[in-house]
Amino acid sequence: MQVPAPFEYRRVSTVDEAVALLYRLGDTARLVAGGHSLLPMMKLRLANFEYLIDINELHDELGYVRAEPGLIRIGAMTRHRELRESAELAAAFPVFGDAERVIADPLVRNRGTLGGSLCQADPSEDLSAVCTTLDASCVIHGMDGERVVSMEDFHRGPYETAVGDAEILTEVRFPVRPRGSSAYETVERRAGDWAVVSAGAAVWLDEAGLIADARVGLAAVGPHTAGIPGIAEALRGQRPAEELWARAGDIAAEACDPVTDRRGSAAYKRHLARELTMRVLRRSVARIDAHIGGHIDGQEV
Amino acid sequence: MQVTMTVNGEEVTRDIEGRLLLVHFLRDHLQLTGTHWGCDTSNCGTCVVWLDGEPVKSCTVLAAMAGGHEVRTVEGLEQNGELDPVQRGFIECHGLQCGFCTPGMMMTARALLDANPDPSDEEIREAISGQICRCTGYATIVRSIRWAAAEQAGTRTTAEEPGRTVASTSGSAS
Repeated sequence: MQVPAPFEYRRVSTVDEAVALLYRLGDTARLVAGGHSLLPMMKLRLANFEYLIDINELHDELGYVRAEPGLIRIGAMTRHRELRESAELAAAFPVFGDAERVIADPLVRNRGTLGGSLCQADPSEDLSAVCTTLDASCVIHGMDGERVVSMEDFHRGPYETAVGDAEILTEVRFPVRPRGSSAYETVERRAGDWAVVSAGAAVWLDEAGLIADARVGLAAVGPHTAGIPGIAEALRGQRPAEELWARAGDIAAEACDPVTDRRGSAAYKRHLARELTMRVLRRSVARIDAHIGGHIDGQEV
Repeated sequence: MQVTMTVNGEEVTRDIEGRLLLVHFLRDHLQLTGTHWGCDTSNCGTCVVWLDGEPVKSCTVLAAMAGGHEVRTVEGLEQNGELDPVQRGFIECHGLQCGFCTPGMMMTARALLDANPDPSDEEIREAISGQICRCTGYATIVRSIRWAAAEQAGTRTTAEEPGRTVASTSGSAS
């Protein structure tokens, strides 16, 4: 039987209460949201805490997708299922729908949250790659109010984030730019497994149809779920074309740092990083074309 | 610590350890052994119960987390002495062999049909994609859920009475 080591269970119902309790208990305490990453780690005794603070009651306060001009805000307690079902999110960032289809399974998606996924900071975690791809920023609450950090600054390394002992991630913000779209692809061995490799892309075109900006985020191919600046540099100002995607794929394959494990060899993962990068860039632009071309007929590109 | 929750419509209170998992609470503290306990790692899905109306893997939910909330288990499927259409579908269409995955499969199926009364085979397969049938009897599980959907809708025809017949492609149907 796998059970976590003993701990004190606490429950809070507001962000302020959570921060105050964390401040009092220090690093002996940990927040638990959906629990589908943390509880398995506690069962394996890879993580042990004296106090576990249940923040599921914060769903009322932090479970939302809000679209504003130029910005989408998602509350940290928004569950995977809600992300997938949000029409606003699907319209602005198709990459979310692509990724949510492959994250764990529908039952886990009923519990798991955006904030929990990001704070777990597993290098194979899909939503970290999605947020990196979309140039998201994270709102962190502490005793002295809130601060906002970029995904690059949020993600310190495997299982490490910028969130301090007496802090809580409350919201993730996504800039919305015109003439953009996005896509996500993953290769997994079976439903619910961790990705062998995942890739997300977001592309924005200018009025002349040239690439204004492009971002690619990879998961499971290195300690950091990071964006690849080289791809943005290579693509900006260019006209979308197959050979451009091939070049971006080469950059992705070179920039990543996969290890051989039971999910595949490093060489195979590099191959996937290249191929998936090409596919998600290609699909992102096809989606922009479908919108700008005016033939939005509900057909999935 | 003390925890109070509603299980199958009945309020229960017990003294538990904070680390107790919901699946063990149901089985060992309430003797509701219909919920099965399998992989312990939220992979197999035999422990699926409803938490506030949504199917979840109870091996990865603390019993304490369910405090103040509503839990429904396979024992709660039957209503007023009548089996749920999903349960009848599993009987009619041979939806179980060893029966180990069955409680979880049925809880997911009930939730699916509540949200989507007429799911396609693909939608059914996606809904149960987080669950494993160790007998690999997925085809009959899908058929059982489809039977329940048709039964509820009152559209079941004899053509959808497949349970005990061999698939037509086998050529060996008697």
